[in-house]
Amino acid sequence: MSEAALNSQSRPKGKPARPGTATLLLNNTLATSGLIVLTLICLIALAAPVLPLPDPDVTAPANRLIPPFTAGHLLGTDDLGRDILSRLIWGTRVSLAVGLSATFIAALFGSLLGLVAGYAGGRTDALIMRGIDMVMAFPYILLALAIVAVLGAGLLNALYAIALVNIPFFARNIRGMTLGLSRREFVDAARLSGKSPPQILFLEILPNVMPVIVITMSTTVGWMILETAGLSFLGLGAQPPQADLGSILGQGRKVLFTSPHVSVIPGLMIFVLVMSINLFGDGVRDILDPRLRAGSLTRPVARTEVRRDNSAIPKPSARGGVLDVRQMRTEFQVGSSVYKAVGGVDLNLKQGECLGIVGESGSGKSVTAMSIMGLVPTPPGRIAGGAAYLDGEDLFAASDRRVRDLRGGSVAYVFQDPLSTLHPLFTIGEQLKEAITAHQPLSNTQATEKAVELLSLVRMPNARKRLGAYPHELSGGMRQRVCIAMALANDAKVLIADEPTTALDVTVQSQILTLMNGLRRERNSAILFITHDFGVVSALCDRVAVMYAGRIVETGRTEDVLNHPKHPYTAKLIECVPVLGEPERRLDAIEGRPPVVDKLPEGCAFADRCPFVQADCRRGEIDLEMSSPERGVRCLHPLNEEAPA
Amino acid sequence: MSEHMATDQTGSALLAIDDVERIFGGERKLFGGRTPAVHAVQGLSLDVRRGETLGVVGESGCGKSTLARLVVGLDLPTSGSITFNGEDLAELARKDRNALARKVQYVFQDPVASLNPRKTIRTILEAPLRHLTDMNADARERRLNELLQAVNLAPEFLERYPHEFSGGQAQRIGIARALAAGPELIVLDEPVSALDVSVQAQVLNLLDKLKEEFGLTYIFISHDLSVVESVSDRVAVMYFGRMAELGPSRGIFRAPLHPYTDLLMRSAPAPGRHDLMSEDASAELPDPYDPPPGCAFAARCPNRTDKCVETRPAPDEATGSAPGHIAACHHPLTRA
Repeated sequence: MSEAALNSQSRPKGKPARPGTATLLLNNTLATSGLIVLTLICLIALAAPVLPLPDPDVTAPANRLIPPFTAGHLLGTDDLGRDILSRLIWGTRVSLAVGLSATFIAALFGSLLGLVAGYAGGRTDALIMRGIDMVMAFPYILLALAIVAVLGAGLLNALYAIALVNIPFFARNIRGMTLGLSRREFVDAARLSGKSPPQILFLEILPNVMPVIVITMSTTVGWMILETAGLSFLGLGAQPPQADLGSILGQGRKVLFTSPHVSVIPGLMIFVLVMSINLFGDGVRDILDPRLRAGSLTRPVARTEVRRDNSAIPKPSARGGVLDVRQMRTEFQVGSSVYKAVGGVDLNLKQGECLGIVGESGSGKSVTAMSIMGLVPTPPGRIAGGAAYLDGEDLFAASDRRVRDLRGGSVAYVFQDPLSTLHPLFTIGEQLKEAITAHQPLSNTQATEKAVELLSLVRMPNARKRLGAYPHELSGGMRQRVCIAMALANDAKVLIADEPTTALDVTVQSQILTLMNGLRRERNSAILFITHDFGVVSALCDRVAVMYAGRIVETGRTEDVLNHPKHPYTAKLIECVPVLGEPERRLDAIEGRPPVVDKLPEGCAFADRCPFVQADCRRGEIDLEMSSPERGVRCLHPLNEEAPA
Repeated sequence: MSEHMATDQTGSALLAIDDVERIFGGERKLFGGRTPAVHAVQGLSLDVRRGETLGVVGESGCGKSTLARLVVGLDLPTSGSITFNGEDLAELARKDRNALARKVQYVFQDPVASLNPRKTIRTILEAPLRHLTDMNADARERRLNELLQAVNLAPEFLERYPHEFSGGQAQRIGIARALAAGPELIVLDEPVSALDVSVQAQVLNLLDKLKEEFGLTYIFISHDLSVVESVSDRVAVMYFGRMAELGPSRGIFRAPLHPYTDLLMRSAPAPGRHDLMSEDASAELPDPYDPPPGCAFAARCPNRTDKCVETRPAPDEATGSAPGHIAACHHPLTRA
């Protein structure tokens, strides 16, 4: 039942479009070739007993130092007349076995130590990690030598030595990871579910660090093989007659000048083996590491790609205004499915006006804001149609250079989380000055003066002193003030604020809203204010546009929309906001979920959740019907029709 | 500070918090001296009555999440005591964690982060049944279906992984997990603040329904006053680790005694409201490493006097007209 439910219910949501792990690996040519070479070597090494090879340990002094490509001895013989091909294959077998088992041993103990240290914390952590530090403080070869000296030379002892030397590598990686995970909420939740510490450690945390263990293993196997070869080369590993690649190389050293092939061939083998493992290991890491998988491997592009039909670029609207967005469409291409995040949005902003965009998460309001200045990452995003005019200039047709000038200049952004928008390592003074001098040719002193002026403008107490403060030294509200000051640095005509108060406390929120309202009046700049909160909209915005599934479903003056919503969605959205002083008001929820934007239904996207749905709602395009220049609704059966528009 | 609370304690108190303090830091350092200490919660006395919803409001850093963790036993108080049904909670947590987990459960703020990304919903929901109850496999299966039905989720969701769910659905799973072992008290730590308003209403309605169905007691923690008002019987307003005001929900919201409560109420935006009350930018929380000797709110308070700066008001310095309505304020607001 489980598979069926999974496949029929969740997979159709565009899941197969995302490339799988195997596909990703095969796309990486280097990793694939590494994998092929490695598989080949492993197969040959595994098949050694059944291959028609001469005994690798039988000496034949009469046949000593035969050069390669001689009949009977494809790779020649060594100084004791042993067949090099046979020795090579058997030696590879040994090297691989030692490398892999050393990796497993190191991974097992290292991960165990790391897990325990990271989870237990406190004294246990200090004790384990200081022990690990001590192991790390010895040069590894010295440590391995010491271990071999105590236990005696031999392959098994070399294996122990190498495993031990590599334990810290695993322990440190895994401890860091565990430390982060054990403070996560799901660990608290498991604790409250009655799980004991070992159960939490091995059933909750371990599955989450497993990818890291695999990644670390894949990148260390090669290194382990090299180390084993190194020890054997020094005569501390494999003892005659047993041979691994390192000891074969070591024995060939004696005749290096007369018969170089004896040492060059095992040397090449080590190189090919380790190289293939490393290439493959890197590929595995790139795929399993969520940070790399999330797209950092794709080259970042300075600006969203514009791919629109140049014959159908809409003209600026008759209403003019500073910012005029016409029929803008933004899409995300993930695999083979196309998510239409913004599906033809018209916005119009006049000088000194504040327009609020309201909607649930996933309604496309942030993408709308980011698209205007080409801040949507490409890939996967692209602007698929429409135009955005800033004072009559088409932003989607402007050069990269021009867009860079406008960003932070005429159009400035304020984002939701001020802590992640500000650079943690620079003082706010430096960051403000950078924002100023990027657009204005000012000297350092002038820029400082301007920065002080800006901070006072956003009512930052003690502005001059605060220039030297780092972002973490300021409270959330103060940080957001700095972000607003940066946005105002170059007399922006348009300020695009994406949920600027959502991360703040109510009292701080009201301070920031009051500040923005004051600045708008003083500086006459236009504000595009994105929020999910109708309360915030009423406090600040002149007009409001309600978005649903990538489109504007209703727009108008704030009071009109709030008091006489016409679209059932707007009405529902307002109804479910709890209002202070009206506790008896039963919260009216909107049942269901917004549609996924890669498979929008025909007709009205809200039809499935709408209490007033009729048959014609599910047919054809529904236009945003404008009843007056400012008021419009995308609905065939709007509410409150008798009310004044 | 504990005596005055004891006076109006009725026999129906399920949880009693008595003069609780939680200090972070303050450990002795390797080379003498102590690391700086922060009082996350201080002098907190409060009781939760059986069957009520107690709302806890405050801004970030006021200690409301610390309070929540103390109540469920994820953290232990530095001093003071918390008793659940007459049993000392810290003692219980030390002796038998699971006995406590059977009675008190927790719903997390971030619904997705509270679910292990590598476990199916079945494994997640089964964990409390397996470890906290002695149900056999059949009984567990029945209980799982009951739980899913209670939170309005389809049974096929059991085999899915957390990332396949929206925030609202994930929060339902979090609630189902808290309900699993049949607790008496559930601590809801900002259960709806990560959700969209439309979904928020769904979850609040669900919580209401469950409370009636299972006879639960809630501690509902939130920074959103309007949400707290709509769900709570009584409300505690916290500021800087201390109780600022405590009383019946209606009394507090009709006639707040503490200027801080008043400030919170007037800062809350609402549809159709234009005049947001806003204070001066210099209004900041006091330095937690160097708490002021008097009222912590004094620096921001419009009615501040010298007395406020010098002496700290007792938690029940002022009393309101409704029974049990108290505020830690020397100059409470009086309204007709």
